[in-house]
Amino acid sequence: MNLKEALRIALRGLRANRLRSALTMLGIIIGVASVILLVALGNGVQTSVNEKIQPLANLITVVPSVGNVPGGAPPKDLIDADVLALADKSLSHDIAAVIPATSGKALVEGDSFRYRANVVGSTERWLEVNNQDMAAGAFFDEAQVRSTSRVVVLGSAVASYLFGDDPGTAIGKPVRINRQTFRVVGVMQSVGEPGDGVVAMPLPTVRRYIFGGGDKVNQIIVQAAEANTVPAAENDVIRILSERHHIKDTANRDFEVQSLRSRLDTFNQILRILTLFTAAVAAISLVVGAIGVLNIMLVSVTERTREIGIRKAIGATRRAILEQFLIESLVLAGLGGLIGVLVGVGLSVLGANVAPSFGPTFATFAPAVTIPSVVLSFAISLAIGLVAGGYPANRAARLRPIDALRYQ
Amino acid sequence: MIQLENVTKVYRMGKVEVRALESVDLTIDDGELVAIMGPSGSGKTTLMNILGCLDVPTSGRYLLDGTDVSRLSDNRLAKIRSRKIGFVFQSFNLVARTSAVRNVELPLVYAGVRARRNPARVALEQVGLGDRQRHLPNELSGGQQQRVAIARALINDPALLLADEPTGNLDTASSAEILKLLGALNDAGRTVVIITHEEDVSRFARRVVRMRDGRIVSDQAQRSRTEVSA
Repeated sequence: MNLKEALRIALRGLRANRLRSALTMLGIIIGVASVILLVALGNGVQTSVNEKIQPLANLITVVPSVGNVPGGAPPKDLIDADVLALADKSLSHDIAAVIPATSGKALVEGDSFRYRANVVGSTERWLEVNNQDMAAGAFFDEAQVRSTSRVVVLGSAVASYLFGDDPGTAIGKPVRINRQTFRVVGVMQSVGEPGDGVVAMPLPTVRRYIFGGGDKVNQIIVQAAEANTVPAAENDVIRILSERHHIKDTANRDFEVQSLRSRLDTFNQILRILTLFTAAVAAISLVVGAIGVLNIMLVSVTERTREIGIRKAIGATRRAILEQFLIESLVLAGLGGLIGVLVGVGLSVLGANVAPSFGPTFATFAPAVTIPSVVLSFAISLAIGLVAGGYPANRAARLRPIDALRYQ
Repeated sequence: MIQLENVTKVYRMGKVEVRALESVDLTIDDGELVAIMGPSGSGKTTLMNILGCLDVPTSGRYLLDGTDVSRLSDNRLAKIRSRKIGFVFQSFNLVARTSAVRNVELPLVYAGVRARRNPARVALEQVGLGDRQRHLPNELSGGQQQRVAIARALINDPALLLADEPTGNLDTASSAEILKLLGALNDAGRTVVIITHEEDVSRFARRVVRMRDGRIVSDQAQRSRTEVSA
């Protein structure tokens, strides 16, 4: 029997029981669509988080260790000399840039309100390495750092608390910190708590007018030349600082080195496992769908026992009957899979378009469809047709014509 | 043409053995019109199943067109049915929701014939249903359905036409039409075997084989078959 004829018979069988066929397909549709949608969600989160973190992935953060090592030498602070040593190209060629920062809590006074902010002193590259953007005005520049200018850049929460929701109104306004007056030159975009409660100013300015502290810094951000040289740069940082601080035993280290790269890798790994797990849970509904197909095919074979007998009497071989029912279940599951793919991809695309309008947090969850999930889930639905149809089809093919003809 | 030698068929119903056929010998020549008669339980349906290659004998030989078909596999039997045998059943047994012309085409589908539509149309015209090709079985009268079934049985040009109570579900007029059609086919040289328990039908055959308890009890030739009055 040729394929076209078999297809026609299968389609006629499915059409004859439209509602039943549609409901059976629904099981497969839901399974396939949810697998695609969930994988797309996981992939979307991973893509958007990676996009955000990628520019920061080559950053290494160095902070002083908290506390004393018992019996060890007293911990040394991180100082400007450490910063200069790290920036020395003759000591490491994997380090591209070094950005020192010092910070502390301080009361920031506007015209009528006060805000307890996290005041940070750093260089003009602080904005970039913190992956932040300006909402109004400009970040302070290199000249202002060199000249110890009394300028500040406000985090969005500080700006809106002191000067109202429009970031533009804060520009040029004076603020007082530690009885000193500073001019607001810029307001940063919101990045969520606690980053929005920050006030940034040039490092020399913060030292001279607010915290003092001489040449101490409490954070050094080291930028590796490339993302994949982060481990080498990390080793250089440890080597240079250990040498400067006369540390021979790693246990006595008085500083900590962290890189986003390794955290990003861990995050990606966890997210991949989570995505696979949720997809596996969704795949359970495919198993349920498969049982539905099996059930309906068994019903279909029983209902058409007599028809099978007739077909056998007029010359249908076992193979022809097997093909007829296999194709019927393949069409059932395959069509369900196809619609499921359309629904899954459709919902993902819809979600990707709608999610950003709910704000930046939701934009992170904008689904991104992956081709393997589409191909795999469709292939699984075809496999369901083959497996769930195989047993009933085989039963039909093995029916003895005289028994089948006698069946009422 | 058809040669049954010492054919016995035993069914097992649980622990009970039913001897449906007991050492049956029967020869039917080309072009014969034979009625097989007997009350229910006489084994005539079993005989027809074996003649139609729907079932195989427990012992004995069945030669169809010189081929021993009594020991063939399922698949080979299907091929034999496809090529050599046409069935007409009491309950017509058309495939539901399938137009008359598609029903007639079906044996060609299973025989692997590509050009099907035209032969099917011609066959329907021959049984007088040229204008009912697109009708579904439930849109046809009993007599019409049986004629579609006859067209379907003939489409592969079988050596043997087997009719199992072909008029059992029909009124007198339709029965007469169907018998007339079968008679005409026989006149044209087709071998026809009719299984029946109606004397009227058997009178119409040239030879009547009577069965009882799985055995052939009489086998008589009739000089000339009575014409059926329509």
